[in-house]
Amino acid sequence: MTTAALERPQPSYLAAGDTLRSWLLTTDHKRIAWLYLVTITLFFAIGGAAATLIRLELLTPQGDLVSDETYNKLFTLHGVIMVWFFLIPSVPAVLGNFLVPLMIGARDLAFPRLNLLSWYIFILGGAFTLWAMVSGGVDTGWTFYTPFSTMFSNTHVVLTAVGVFVTGFSSILTGLNFIVTLHTLRAPGMTWMRLPLFLWSLYATSLVMVLATPVLAITLVLIAVERIARVGIFDPALGGDPLLFQHLFWFYSHPAVYIMILPGMGVTSEIVAAFSRRRVFGYGFVAVASLAIALLGFLVWGHHMFVAGESFYANLVFSFLSFMVAIPSAVKVFNWTATLYKGSIALDTPMLYALAFIALFTIGGLTGLYLASLPVDVHVTDTYFVVAHFHTIMVGGMVTAYLGGLHYWWPKMTGRRYPETWGRVAAVTLFLGFALTFFPQFALGYLGMPRRYHVYPPEFQVLNVLSSAGASILAIGYALPLVYLIASLRGGPTAGPNPWGARGLEWTVPSPPPPGNFATIPRVTEEAYAYTDADRE
Amino acid sequence: MPIASEAGASARVPFADPAQQHEAASAAMWVFLSTEVMLFGGVFAAYLWYRHADPAAFARGSALLDAPLGTVNTAVLLTSSLAMALAVRAAALGRRRPALGWLAGTAVLGLAFLAIKLLSWRHEWTRGLVPALHAGAALAAQPRVELFFVVYFIATGLHALHVLAGVGALAVTGAALARVRDPGRWNPIELTGLYWHFVDIVWVFLFPILYLVR
Repeated sequence: MTTAALERPQPSYLAAGDTLRSWLLTTDHKRIAWLYLVTITLFFAIGGAAATLIRLELLTPQGDLVSDETYNKLFTLHGVIMVWFFLIPSVPAVLGNFLVPLMIGARDLAFPRLNLLSWYIFILGGAFTLWAMVSGGVDTGWTFYTPFSTMFSNTHVVLTAVGVFVTGFSSILTGLNFIVTLHTLRAPGMTWMRLPLFLWSLYATSLVMVLATPVLAITLVLIAVERIARVGIFDPALGGDPLLFQHLFWFYSHPAVYIMILPGMGVTSEIVAAFSRRRVFGYGFVAVASLAIALLGFLVWGHHMFVAGESFYANLVFSFLSFMVAIPSAVKVFNWTATLYKGSIALDTPMLYALAFIALFTIGGLTGLYLASLPVDVHVTDTYFVVAHFHTIMVGGMVTAYLGGLHYWWPKMTGRRYPETWGRVAAVTLFLGFALTFFPQFALGYLGMPRRYHVYPPEFQVLNVLSSAGASILAIGYALPLVYLIASLRGGPTAGPNPWGARGLEWTVPSPPPPGNFATIPRVTEEAYAYTDADRE
Repeated sequence: MPIASEAGASARVPFADPAQQHEAASAAMWVFLSTEVMLFGGVFAAYLWYRHADPAAFARGSALLDAPLGTVNTAVLLTSSLAMALAVRAAALGRRRPALGWLAGTAVLGLAFLAIKLLSWRHEWTRGLVPALHAGAALAAQPRVELFFVVYFIATGLHALHVLAGVGALAVTGAALARVRDPGRWNPIELTGLYWHFVDIVWVFLFPILYLVR
């Protein structure tokens, strides 16, 4: 990797302006990444608070901590906040915003002001949603199924829908920015097939963001119209069809789960390569697999509706396609594993998170295949098996990858190193806490405990108590990085440009980078992950 | 946004040159239009779903609309697209005054479209064809016909909002074109044109599926 010419020392992007105004009116992608980081951490805390109350309630078989309606509001809050205000923005808006220009050798994204606007839109959407929550919440579940949401719920459905609608535009603009940036601002010599796999994942994610989110937008508009005007779009008595809602909702929401997981896969590729000191095995296949996941992800939405009254033939097709979409994901898992083989492995904190991701994503994905099998799904749909499945992928996979990426690029973003021992402790704590929280839930679902119930038969209590106990360990796993990462900002040892000895353009600039990233735009002459035997000594 | 007064002279960070900046702006407009396709796609999906469920009801609903007025409106919008294309052409040839004139013409026709649409909605209101808000005998006891009108108002309402936004974009484009140093090398007008043509195409699909169902 040819580096930029000798760089005169410049102030880092963190030091270039320390007024509130310089942060709130910044167009520097690196500062915008921090704006998002702080915001989504706050939302994660809110979603986590709801989860805490849920797990506390579920310690006993009776509904004794909260009322039925409050419980409905809690899991709705948890879902809405975690999906739209944490998971979807997490890696793209924080790590993506920070790294996309650096990784391609550009000074910023294609549309820096649009980038800032997308954060303000995110804030506005969040404000609406929190206003809805504070005014009494919404009890429909994050899935807003009709006719309950449109006709029978007495809670703030429209306000929440407005909040999510607005936030969707933040997603769309981020995706648009990434797509155009990747097409037009790659440095000389940075061909598509030399891009870090993180960027292939973000490109695929951006395609999904841009194409799927508008469908959510129109679906929310339809809910709002029906609720306000009572016109029966989804009301059978007026000729409407609740199933149409489900088709429209899941046409977005299934691709949305790929918006959530693809960036995490990208982070994993980066970390596995760096900490095995090897080029990712089958680079081309992994790159294409990201696109395949994005494409196939649009074709499987019906698997959320197997028992909703679709025809047998529709179910058959969606089941088949759901099996197919597992293939590119499996390709990635195999390729990561092959990358590790004969690699020079360092078990630093980011690598622990990445290994946890590979293991847990595999388990989560395999349980998805159980759900894709029609006869099994009839038995476990709407049970805790589904809850465990998606949490394994989203928490065991996505949150793990996000934290791994945060640790990996923390020195670059802050110029500081976090305490490595604490990092490892936190990673292991997270993994163990996760396992204890969610593995019992697979059993609960198989045994028949329905989701979204806070009253359950007494024979399920032991497993529920295990799960809640696990959640408290999981909470420690989240709290530890919060504490030591913030502490490292003040007292941590300073980091050089490349503390991990990794390959990639982002590691050729100072830590933290100056505002314009590169003194001179680099010229790329080698492939991604050009690790040599010398690197593996 | 490109620097209007410096068009052709420099590009803003992070672009290396104006050509790269224009390429990026073009790509952005196409990506944005693809999001609009998906947005309207949801409306078309609802239409297809319900028309498939009861084609006769949709035909009855469609027959209640004022097709001649809708045809006039279609002609207005198509002509506005012609004006827009001529504006882009004039600008590319460096002819500022004619370009501004054609832009104004496009905006006037766009406003005319909106005026005719409002007129037709008012018409539907007095005839009791607005579901839930002002439904009359024609809709009573015909839920599937009422559903047709729900789709009709959502579709045409969403489209009209986009036309309105387009008129705004035309105004902004005109204001910028009036001030730019070298109109012949000023590309944003092409992007406004793309948006306007898109809004026109959506109507070209909406018109037959709403007005011409038999």
